[in-house]
Amino acid sequence: MAVRIITDQAPVETPMVSSQSGVVGTLARALVSNRKALAGIVVVGIFAVVSIFAGVIAPYDPNAIQFEPILGPSRAHLLGTTGNGQDIFSQLVWGTRQSLFLALVAGLMATVIAVVVGVSAAYLGGLWDHVLNLFTDVFLVIPTLPLMIVVAAYAKGGGILVLIAVIVITGWSYGARQLRSQALSLRNREFLEAARARGERSFYIIVFEILPNMTSLIVAIFLGAALYAVLAAAGLQFIGLGDSNDLSWGTMLHWAQNNGALLAGSPLWVLAPGFCIAALGAAFALLNYAFDEIGNPALRPVRRTRT
Amino acid sequence: MIATASVLDVRNLSVDYMTSRGAVRAVDSVSLEVAKGEFLGIVGESGCGKSTLLFAIARLLSPPAEIASGSVLFKGRDMVTLGETELRHIRWHDYSVVMQSAMNALNPVMTIGAQLKDAIEAHDNMPAQRVRARSEEVMRLVGIDPLHLKSYPHQLSGGMRQRAMIAMALVFTPELVIMDEPTSALDVVAQRSLMLQIKELQRRIGFAAVFVTHDMSLVSHFSDRLAVMYAGQVVEIGATRMMFEDPKHPYTKGLMQSFPSISGPKQRLVGIAGSPPDLLRPPSGCRFHPRCPSVMTRCLTEEPPLYVRPDALVKCHLYSDDA
Amino acid sequence: MSYLVRRLEFFAITLWAALTINFILPRVMPGNPGQAMLVRFHGRVSPQAIKTIEAAFGVRSDQSLVQQYFQYLGNTLRGDLGVSLTFFPNTVGDVIKQGLLWTIGLVGMATIIAFLLGTLLGMLSAWWRGGIFDALLPPVFIVISSFPYFLLALLALLLFSITLDWFPLGFAYDLNSSINLSWSFVGEVAWHGFLPALTIVITSIGGWILTMRNTMITTLAEDYVKMARAKGLSPLRIMLTYAGRNAILPNLTGFAMSLGFVISGAILVEIVFNYPGVGFMLLQAVNSEDFALMQALFLLITVAVLVAVLAADILTAWLDPRTRDTA
Repeated sequence: MAVRIITDQAPVETPMVSSQSGVVGTLARALVSNRKALAGIVVVGIFAVVSIFAGVIAPYDPNAIQFEPILGPSRAHLLGTTGNGQDIFSQLVWGTRQSLFLALVAGLMATVIAVVVGVSAAYLGGLWDHVLNLFTDVFLVIPTLPLMIVVAAYAKGGGILVLIAVIVITGWSYGARQLRSQALSLRNREFLEAARARGERSFYIIVFEILPNMTSLIVAIFLGAALYAVLAAAGLQFIGLGDSNDLSWGTMLHWAQNNGALLAGSPLWVLAPGFCIAALGAAFALLNYAFDEIGNPALRPVRRTRT
Repeated sequence: MIATASVLDVRNLSVDYMTSRGAVRAVDSVSLEVAKGEFLGIVGESGCGKSTLLFAIARLLSPPAEIASGSVLFKGRDMVTLGETELRHIRWHDYSVVMQSAMNALNPVMTIGAQLKDAIEAHDNMPAQRVRARSEEVMRLVGIDPLHLKSYPHQLSGGMRQRAMIAMALVFTPELVIMDEPTSALDVVAQRSLMLQIKELQRRIGFAAVFVTHDMSLVSHFSDRLAVMYAGQVVEIGATRMMFEDPKHPYTKGLMQSFPSISGPKQRLVGIAGSPPDLLRPPSGCRFHPRCPSVMTRCLTEEPPLYVRPDALVKCHLYSDDA
Repeated sequence: MSYLVRRLEFFAITLWAALTINFILPRVMPGNPGQAMLVRFHGRVSPQAIKTIEAAFGVRSDQSLVQQYFQYLGNTLRGDLGVSLTFFPNTVGDVIKQGLLWTIGLVGMATIIAFLLGTLLGMLSAWWRGGIFDALLPPVFIVISSFPYFLLALLALLLFSITLDWFPLGFAYDLNSSINLSWSFVGEVAWHGFLPALTIVITSIGGWILTMRNTMITTLAEDYVKMARAKGLSPLRIMLTYAGRNAILPNLTGFAMSLGFVISGAILVEIVFNYPGVGFMLLQAVNSEDFALMQALFLLITVAVLVAVLAADILTAWLDPRTRDTA
């Protein structure tokens, strides 16, 4: 046996988190110090405020077709009017609600399923792991948009619920895979052995020991799922699935495209909602990347060394 | 202690890690020499800077670590001032490196033979047949069937992998081989066998070796000289035998008392109280003073130099000229 | 070898899953799509075609579900996919063959270019860590890669086709030309295909760059890269053979896995540019409630993705000797 030099210092280990408040505090601090995360939070915050105070911010009723169609931007109409004579700015403001709602709700539901499937597969192991893994991989590989289109088409367009359902069905598998990997690596750590030795039940172990240590990854996955939801919802609504009479950025694009907005000289009808979709998507992407960096310090920006 | 034919002469080498909280000096003004064919062991606790020192000598540091000051004279040239292109010429050819874990140090997607070929071809324009012949030769030198040149690292056992690494290190019969805990990843039996092999190769080929480890008993049997490091500094350096029989620095004494010997009367094991210092804010004066059983007043304010004694260099005021 | 066997197994299972989804969906969704189709086909198609539709959509109640299932499977595997409503009286099989060519040409090429270029740029970005390249790249590409494909397509259309009139408004070739192999036709195709291809490359390249950069950074910290430096190998060789070849492995798997997303985006690009590939066809099928065509396209796209995944797996096995030995 190699003779080790005896010291009083305990072996260095990555800090274990087992209390909820510690997790939130660490995350909050990490977020504020990261520039990308800050940018993302600001953007999402702006949209959140707009959607809550839509009634106050929007000057007109978004569905009112009383105005002259295809007007350019002016003081009366900040972004001009649509081909049907509606105020683009008001539509944009009110449309924020559904778009944000879709992103957050679908993202959340997809994340929940991903956590359940991924962590169960890792924890249960054996045949269950194999089956769940296969299940995840199949859903991962099957192309999402075609599947969504097919389901939505059968549902005769469907409404917002169908939209959320198809997004969730196609979006959970990506996160499940990553969660399973991380849960597997955590599964064998000593503190879990200790918990098992204490006689704690599996459920307790999973919820109170494993999950808190995966918080960073779970949040990153939620952000990825939200990003996916934003783009998928926009894409589906653009094609005309979902209820075209709803008001959201995606449906605005649909009507704009249908009325040949680009050719008819009202590009703002396309550009405005398009920009918002891109901005919200970018915000989630930045936050996602920031969480990756927080979780893996090696990826953080490197300062130039003096030569 | 100054050998006339020293292969490696490190003078006041310091290495800093640039962290977000400031520069952490992991190696502080270390000086040591290695004579031709000599086996120098460097021991210390985890975090004392020995591996950093080793990689600094081999010019293999990566950001955020960088050499802050000092020189490393190898065969008369100061390695610190050499650029990458010049370094590449002497790398492997004149000095080579053996790392701790062969599983990590060998490229997993290339065969052993391909990796040997790479090393050879980077420095020499040998015809393919000679490359092959030389590869087989070094493999046999460490006791591995040349058949394994076609194997991938994951197909070999731990001990074989380690020996393959050593074979690779010797392909140009360098004058200096730098080894970073090459036996840590092996079991006791394989460890001893590997060490014996290294000593045998040293005898045959005549390279000098700098061997970093935390395993005192292993290094005591195989090294000619020993350097003890603490908190980034060399605190004692001298002939191995002398250090074991008559350790001078309180830290070295503490180390020697920390493990039992198989023969002799039963002794009470005494550890070293306290824990290694935070290198961002090291203790004033002598870095060991918070834990030293023989601490004096001057130790708190005055950092001791390496005092020269007949059989060792000691960084401790107990051995100052006026003590 | 066992690795490849497992992957083929996965291929088969996913294919079966897609077929089964096709089978189940029309039966659980509200309305009776099969019946609706038959009404529109009434009296205009062969009895064989009617049988195919019935098996696929479950209209006749005298056959049991299991019988229908096997009938459907048999038909599909034989290539009998029914008749298309949108392109009546062509069979579905004929129709999708045409669209497939265009899509593989456009989407296939664009995706491969994006992957190769993105991987190279990611590798360089990690190699030159701390430089301007590395500081600019991540934020720029994070933003670009979260940009919806079709939006970029719309913008490109607006800017280059409508405003600047540098490129045509869409479709694969000039409506007046006929398909032939002359140079002028090939030139036309290239001109028409440029904007769609560019859109796909720009939006998807960000993902490849970022993931390659991240895996490369992790790989560069590995001991064997340090060893390669210690051996005095040239930086180019280290970057490519020691770091690159190891860093690309997880990327290949990632490529395979995310192909589904890439195809989805490409479909939207086709729609914006009216490019006559399978994506555009899918939209047409949806709009005209041509369920037989829709189903077949879904299956086709899935198979295409599966084939690409299998190709990536084979490539991984070839590049990484460790996978060949694992059970």
